[in-house]
Amino acid sequence: MQEGRVLSTREINRDLLRSILESPRWFWPVVTVLGLILLVAAIAIGIMVNRGLGVTGLNRPVAWGFFITNFVFWIGISHAGVMLSAILRLAKAEWRRPATRAAEVLTLFSLMTAMIMPIVHTGRPWRILYWVFPYDFARGIWPNIRTPLVWDPSAILTYLTSSTLFVVIALVPDFAVLRDHTTGIAHRVYSVLAMGWEGNARQWKLQIVAGVLLSALILPVFVSVHSIVSWDFGMAAAVKSWHSTVFAPYFVVGAVHSGVSAVAFALILLRWCYGWQDYIRHEHIDALGRLLIVVATGWFYFLVMEILFGMYGREADELMVRQTQFTYWPYNFWFILFVITTYFIPVALWLSRAWRRNLWIMSLACISVNIGMWLERFLIIVPGLINKQMFTFVWADYRPSIFEYIIIGSTFALVTLLMLLFSRVFPLVPLYDVKEGDVLRTQIQIGRRTVPATFRED
Amino acid sequence: MVTSRIDHKWGMVVDLDRCNGCQACVVACQVENNLPINDKNSFLQNRAYEWIRIERYWEGDYPNIKARFIPVMCQHCENAPCEPVCPVFATYRNDEGLNVQIYNRCVGTRYCINNCPYQVRFFNYWHPNWPERLQNQLNPDVTVRTRGITEKCTFCIQRLRRGQIQVERRNGGELNDGTLKAGNHMPACVQACPTNALVFGDQNDVHSPVKPYFEDVNKYNIHHEKERKTRGYRVLEEMNTKPNVIYLKKVDPNLGDGHHG
Repeated sequence: MQEGRVLSTREINRDLLRSILESPRWFWPVVTVLGLILLVAAIAIGIMVNRGLGVTGLNRPVAWGFFITNFVFWIGISHAGVMLSAILRLAKAEWRRPATRAAEVLTLFSLMTAMIMPIVHTGRPWRILYWVFPYDFARGIWPNIRTPLVWDPSAILTYLTSSTLFVVIALVPDFAVLRDHTTGIAHRVYSVLAMGWEGNARQWKLQIVAGVLLSALILPVFVSVHSIVSWDFGMAAAVKSWHSTVFAPYFVVGAVHSGVSAVAFALILLRWCYGWQDYIRHEHIDALGRLLIVVATGWFYFLVMEILFGMYGREADELMVRQTQFTYWPYNFWFILFVITTYFIPVALWLSRAWRRNLWIMSLACISVNIGMWLERFLIIVPGLINKQMFTFVWADYRPSIFEYIIIGSTFALVTLLMLLFSRVFPLVPLYDVKEGDVLRTQIQIGRRTVPATFRED
Repeated sequence: MVTSRIDHKWGMVVDLDRCNGCQACVVACQVENNLPINDKNSFLQNRAYEWIRIERYWEGDYPNIKARFIPVMCQHCENAPCEPVCPVFATYRNDEGLNVQIYNRCVGTRYCINNCPYQVRFFNYWHPNWPERLQNQLNPDVTVRTRGITEKCTFCIQRLRRGQIQVERRNGGELNDGTLKAGNHMPACVQACPTNALVFGDQNDVHSPVKPYFEDVNKYNIHHEKERKTRGYRVLEEMNTKPNVIYLKKVDPNLGDGHHG
């Protein structure tokens, strides 16, 4: 926390609460447009539920398609929250401060969105209740705990619960500020939410201890969630190229890659929407860019390993899947696009300090990563299914229908809408964290130069 | 009156040397099991229902082209990959060696479809419809599945059950090779096969025609394939799914003894 000027508490309160206390002119039109997109998607889902999954492009060998791809994608995005707030908090990285809340909230909303996808995917959503809430007392049937599909909801609901707690604990001091800045019904609601926060030493101590404890406790959940999602594929013994042991770390690193990129893009958007230039500064985006180079390179290693492990066995069926991925139209095009957009374009851009500090270029790089990561999930799921049969007689291609495109597109609108609505009610940049950062702002001497400290050492 | 139960372990032997690809089994299955009519659209969408299908492979170059047929139905694996992945136990292994599907438990995750190496599980993407004149031909013994449900070959469990009731419970007999045939209790495809390429029987019955093949294949696993006394093999044996369906290799007279195509 070094670039930019030192802000007074009054200024911080005024700027960061602006999104809540004032209504920007663009707000309602944007909400209306997003709402209309969601309405169209709701109609599409309604037709799909009414007429059957025949309206999608799914067929006999390709029983999983866009919906599962999108499910994995949003689970991946949700990994940014813990990465930025828990890991960087434990690592005492100072530059995390303004990014934490947005990352955590993005975690919550992308998890919720992700959970919609498998429910939509089954075609008869009400039946899902049998295994996400696994109490079928009437027939005495317990869920089959051997399947990753039961591990999935357990892991995701655990992650959702712990992330919610994490967000709420970080929000309490900010609720108190809001309570003091509002009147009427809003005042009463924020009073309840602030839970009697006075900002005395004991409360601060409890809040910090709770935050650090939750950060530490949430880490294993963080690793397990995407590992378990990857086992949806890893456990499928009969699908060549899915049945891989490298999937768990590969998916976790990929999730961090796409999630942190998404957060960086969300921060740039917020900075632009609410004029938070003094809070979300170039140095933060710069630091995220540097973190992303490391994450992206780690991810690229796993990508190469995954392909290498697949080829190493020299199984004809596995090689056939690889051949589909690499050489068959249109998968070869998607594959090239995927590798370029996920690794080569963004990392090349992030290597330059000037470009890391150019918000347009950063936005471009972050969007590029997420296009690539979506394609990655698609290229894992669909070619494996297209070519999974050792019987070549029933091979078929997959051509998603308009219904799938609408529903997939609407999930992006849903997350954006939820983020926007959240920003109108709760501060998306943590006030107390920024203030704390200002108090702790230090500079260190390296040789003859005085440079700002990115890490606090105490 | 419930007599002591007889332990059955059903199995099927498919003699590829006898299969001539006539598709009688496909039609019989379609009629017996209330499968929706496969029209042009269902094939174009790759959503045709074929609980048993005849795969046709061409072998050789012109003019010496040979058509090879292989009927593929649910293999009723002992280590079925579809079973552990179902979150609601809609598919499980029953005590007669069958892999059974319980339609009203199925929630439609389609994980089992992905995980079946034989591709013999079918999802009802649309609500099944029959033309008006075919409404009355539906088999009353078989559930008509609605959309959103995965279904597959059951070895015509309704016929086996009827056989068990009529032969074992009512008459105190045993459902063996003779009584299966006499009362038409074998699966519809077996009954319809004009060349007797499909043989159905009880692996636990010493007189069953399928027994020697299962004994042979179980005794010499994939690593000792060469030592097998019969032509029997299991499809995708390297997956170790241990199917209860055994295929007999096609005999190719041109290759001479010991070389089975």
